[in-house]
Amino acid sequence: MEYFLQQLINGISLGAIYGLIALGYTMVYGIIGMINFAHGEIYMIGAFVSLIGFLFMGIIGVTYVPLALFIVLLMAMLFTAIYGWAIERIAYRPLRGSVKLAPLISAIGMSIVLQNYVQLAQGARVKPLQPIIQGGFELFTGNADYHVRLSYLQIVIVLVTVVLMAGFTYVITRTSLGRAQRATEQDMTMALLSGVNVDRIISTTFVMGAALAAVAGLMVTLYYGVIDFYIGFIAGMKAFTAAVLGGIGSLPGAMLGGLLIGLIEAFWSGYFTIGYKDVATFSILVLVLIFRPTGLLGKPEVEKV
Amino acid sequence: MASDSLPLLAVEHLTMRFGGLFAVNDLSFTAYQKEITAIIGPNGAGKTTVFNCLTGFYKPSVGRLSLTPPDDGAPHLLERMDGFRIAKVAKVARTFQNIRLFTGMSVLENLMVAQHNKLMRASVYSVAGLLGLRRFRNQERQSLEIAKYWLDKIDLSDQADWSAGNLPYGSQRRLEIARAMCTEPVLLCLDEPAAGLNPRESLQLNDLLLDIRRDQNIGILLIEHDMSVVMNISDHIIVLDHGAMIADGTPVAIRSDPTVIRAYLGAADDEDLPPEVTGDLRPAATSGVR
Repeated sequence: MEYFLQQLINGISLGAIYGLIALGYTMVYGIIGMINFAHGEIYMIGAFVSLIGFLFMGIIGVTYVPLALFIVLLMAMLFTAIYGWAIERIAYRPLRGSVKLAPLISAIGMSIVLQNYVQLAQGARVKPLQPIIQGGFELFTGNADYHVRLSYLQIVIVLVTVVLMAGFTYVITRTSLGRAQRATEQDMTMALLSGVNVDRIISTTFVMGAALAAVAGLMVTLYYGVIDFYIGFIAGMKAFTAAVLGGIGSLPGAMLGGLLIGLIEAFWSGYFTIGYKDVATFSILVLVLIFRPTGLLGKPEVEKV
Repeated sequence: MASDSLPLLAVEHLTMRFGGLFAVNDLSFTAYQKEITAIIGPNGAGKTTVFNCLTGFYKPSVGRLSLTPPDDGAPHLLERMDGFRIAKVAKVARTFQNIRLFTGMSVLENLMVAQHNKLMRASVYSVAGLLGLRRFRNQERQSLEIAKYWLDKIDLSDQADWSAGNLPYGSQRRLEIARAMCTEPVLLCLDEPAAGLNPRESLQLNDLLLDIRRDQNIGILLIEHDMSVVMNISDHIIVLDHGAMIADGTPVAIRSDPTVIRAYLGAADDEDLPPEVTGDLRPAATSGVR
């Protein structure tokens, strides 16, 4: 029982991170119908900026953890937002209106470019970061053999994720910006004719997705304590899987998908072998797609005649 | 015609060529403020091409499209503008032959999206909106008022929260016009707004368009095949055939114009045609307008 609870806690915190990345995939897919394969790299850059940020905080002597965390979070979001904006501007916007495959290939290219750029700029070795947020609660201490641990960091991860997701849901459903985003998603031409600056709305979407990925990058840096230039690939794949699992294009779907992927991974690693956790994740994706091709919360595409 | 109104849109020598085909050939006309200008003609006459040139989908091969705003600013040259600026700066709104609502959004949201620019300006790109600043709240309230005014006009106040895609066909048509009006245009281009409407809905549409003409300081360009709409509400009709203008005048003049009858019916001696074919175009009962 305690063991189960522990895996649940681990799974939820992991799932929160995947959910944050998945939101970026699903938002971009929703609005321009393309998979932004460079999104995983944005997350990786977010992790690197966070690492550098924390070291910088150490140098200038900001030792109060919440303050340092807040500054680094803003820094990471700002930097990756610039990356997100620039990638859209350079690699995708010129290809808008060309064949659907073109921006996809461009995205894969962008992903390779960014990976190699970070490898060159930061070196290929694994970068460690000493734990910033330590400690936690011991739950269910009744069993002497096994204590359930809920670390402060896990609480921070889940809290930040919940707050951000609530904020984003509010922006998308309630604000003028969100309305314009949904309008662009449904009919770009008509949005244009209603006076919506579609290019700017698309840029904003990339910026929002990138900022969320940065938060995920920061969390992962704190959670695992090691990062390298290659983490974007596998995390990107997982988050993409999460977005597809939940139904690509659906924001609640991405959150649910992320959570599910996190839980599957945690439980598989906990009860079976850690080596096959990715196999388990992707097998479940395959199963879901066979029985529900639109994902769990995705709307079936009805062709109106 | 139109001596009391100010010119709004001046189309001069508009030519749109696709390879060797002249979709529109040397077309010149003027549309006036507070008037309904209908563009009619057989299928393939180039009517929609004119709209596409006006709204930036096509760059005209030759010609000038100048729109003089009613507040006497400098004229906008539409052929040099593109994309959202035509709606935002020049303030031209348009509907399509097929309905293009944001079907996944509510009726009210459709009308709010059209007021996006005002709201974004007031909310400093949504930042102030999140903080709930007063200036933004006022703007939001004002936009809601405008949306409600139009909902009332098109009799959809009770369905404001419906998903736009679930509305009946006729209501969707009216909502499209209301959405176009919410962008606060100076020129409203309607591409076959009566297509697929039943006679009762057509009459409602007539009333809506006449109300807009009366209450709003805008000009309307109307492409329509339904002669009961065209003849009853237009101030001024332009007839196109094979990309060129063949007639330009009041409904009464157009009804009896032999070139128009020939273009529509393809027969020189239209006396031989059965009355139900020519009926629409004959000077039957005098229309209510002019």
